[in-house]
Amino acid sequence: MEICRRKGAIEILELDPFLAELLRQIPASANPDGAPAAEQRLFSPPTNGKETELCAEWKIYVEPELRRLFQSATETVAGDLEQLNGDEKTFANRTLRIPAKHSDAWLSALNQARLVIAAKNNFTENELNDHFRSPIGSRRDLSLFQVNFYGFLQEFILRELKD
Amino acid sequence: MSCGPRRDGGCLAQIKDIEGITHVSNEKAGTITTAEPTIEKETRSEEDLDLPWQVVVHNDPVNLMSYVTMVFQRVFGYPRERAEKHMLEVHHNGRSILWSGMRERAELYVQQLHGYLLLATLEKAG
Repeated sequence: MEICRRKGAIEILELDPFLAELLRQIPASANPDGAPAAEQRLFSPPTNGKETELCAEWKIYVEPELRRLFQSATETVAGDLEQLNGDEKTFANRTLRIPAKHSDAWLSALNQARLVIAAKNNFTENELNDHFRSPIGSRRDLSLFQVNFYGFLQEFILRELKD
Repeated sequence: MSCGPRRDGGCLAQIKDIEGITHVSNEKAGTITTAEPTIEKETRSEEDLDLPWQVVVHNDPVNLMSYVTMVFQRVFGYPRERAEKHMLEVHHNGRSILWSGMRERAELYVQQLHGYLLLATLEKAG
């Protein structure tokens, strides 16, 4: 896999089918439905619990706006990921082009996905910092790899935004 | 969003002047006397006053340090060095106070930080 910036876009070249599939999973992975811990993480309270009235108003007025914001980001990413759809039987490497103007949507969707996966698996800080863990031997290991892979993409996008 | 009644002002005791001029009639003498105006003193507890509110960001092992720095720069307009200082404070101490001031603006900042998926709360200072 190779990542570079070309003509106002970030291009991910030579994406093997495994990594392409992980990318396709971003919108689904970012969905907290059915996982209270993930829901709680994405929509955390605005106070440390003392201001109950504010928390109640937050749920009514702010949460729906946040949901729309997060959904809009994952929809943008899902649209870009359609480039990866093709002949399912072909195991050829693929290329993904992320327009620069979609960078913020990608940062948001990748972050949502990482937070939801971490919350669902209840990863510890030690696990999250263990970047040399290998090989992938369980569903949990795969989820941790997914969190790290998405983090790597986030870092690259952030570096591109900085330059 | 609605924030409830605003409470502006910053002194510990507020004196409330009452237009308390009362008229007392004295039927026997056929005169009307005017009593002295009364001044009612109203004191409020410290909690009731609008102390500054703090925007606090809490540590989260998932969010990337570079991402958190970028968010602080964008939301608060801080230069990179200041944003990094706060990010490291969050990382090492578990929390950092990013801003303090009026409640309405603090709410807006927390909302923006939640939009970037950071763990942020607003707390009363003091």
